[in-house]
Amino acid sequence: MSSAGSLSNMQRLVEQLKLEAAVERIKVSQAAAELQQYCMQNACKDALLVGVPAGSNPFREPRSCTLL
Amino acid sequence: GLPECPAVMAWQEVSLFAVHQVAERVEALGQFVMKTRRTLKGHGNKVLCMDWCKDKRRIVSSSQDGKVIVWDSFTTNKEHAVTMPCTWVMACAYAPSGCAIACGGLDNKCSVYPLTFDKNENMAAKKKSVAMHTNYLSACSFTNSDMQILTASGDGTCALWDVESGQLLQSFHGHGADVLCLDLAPSETGNTFVSGGCDKKAMVWDMRSGQCIQSFETHDSDINSVRYYPSGDAFASGSDDATCRLYDLRADREVAIYSKESIIFGASSVDFSLSGRLLFAGYNDYTINVWDVLKGSRVSILFGHENRVSTLRVSPDGTAFCSGSWDHTLRIWA
Repeated sequence: MSSAGSLSNMQRLVEQLKLEAAVERIKVSQAAAELQQYCMQNACKDALLVGVPAGSNPFREPRSCTLL
Repeated sequence: GLPECPAVMAWQEVSLFAVHQVAERVEALGQFVMKTRRTLKGHGNKVLCMDWCKDKRRIVSSSQDGKVIVWDSFTTNKEHAVTMPCTWVMACAYAPSGCAIACGGLDNKCSVYPLTFDKNENMAAKKKSVAMHTNYLSACSFTNSDMQILTASGDGTCALWDVESGQLLQSFHGHGADVLCLDLAPSETGNTFVSGGCDKKAMVWDMRSGQCIQSFETHDSDINSVRYYPSGDAFASGSDDATCRLYDLRADREVAIYSKESIIFGASSVDFSLSGRLLFAGYNDYTINVWDVLKGSRVSILFGHENRVSTLRVSPDGTAFCSGSWDHTLRIWA
């Protein structure tokens, strides 16, 4: 690769890294706490987590049989 | 994501397992009773992809033999079927309206088929070619309307298309190898999507500008599946390195790894339960592992498929999830 080609590649890479470095970051512990909070707030609506009242999950309902 | 170099770590909290530490006081989950409630049989070869309709009932699936089938998952009846002109239909998606499906694979295209209940109409006759890549189509998704489709390809790019005109609206360059998967951010969190590829990178994109906003490179092998956490603040990935990982977008780093020494086969597809507490992951060893997202532990292992699990999605209202496999079947679990 010519030195001009790799120079422009490097410049592009540096620009991309500058863009990514400028992203505002929060602490991991805060991020984790907020993920946890979202889980807790929505747990009661999560049928696969807490189950739903008998009969209200269409997949768990017994299927009707037709008698021939 | 930030590079893992000493200078960066010196001032930043270093805790790959912060999520698990914060969750120490969270109650552990009890035993799960999750069983196969329906088995969808009808594909003649490996099931490669599936997607739910917003009606929480219909499912579209695609297969290696070129067949795309629309099912009623309550009754297991097949409602529509079409044979594509190519094999390995690796991607399929349901339109938000429920009135069309999109699919593609080795034909390098993404095509849209309107769904009609007119028995006299041939589904293939109304086919519309929308996307054109220079290599296989690996993933596709409608945006929040029937009018735009986002695609990922073996040509290393993602692209946004107008369905009506077939026009390319935006292309996304940056992956160094095949892109294998994509997922759109939940609509409340704005116009971004995440993609994963054979370059081991997960990249987050701005749909309007085409710019890569964030990228993460912590996996040791291909990323087969990416899925946003329901709040939109994080996403999970599944990889050929046999691990699933959680990346937080605001912390801009990996915050959890879901792995076990006994799990040595690649994870092909991942999805969250409605609250984000559970992560369902399908693997190449035929199993589905259910992970406690907060505690990092596996809460259940589901057996049933007789070959690789290739695709997995939780239903829109979270009452069930569907898995598709190389064993030619799809299973609904609840």
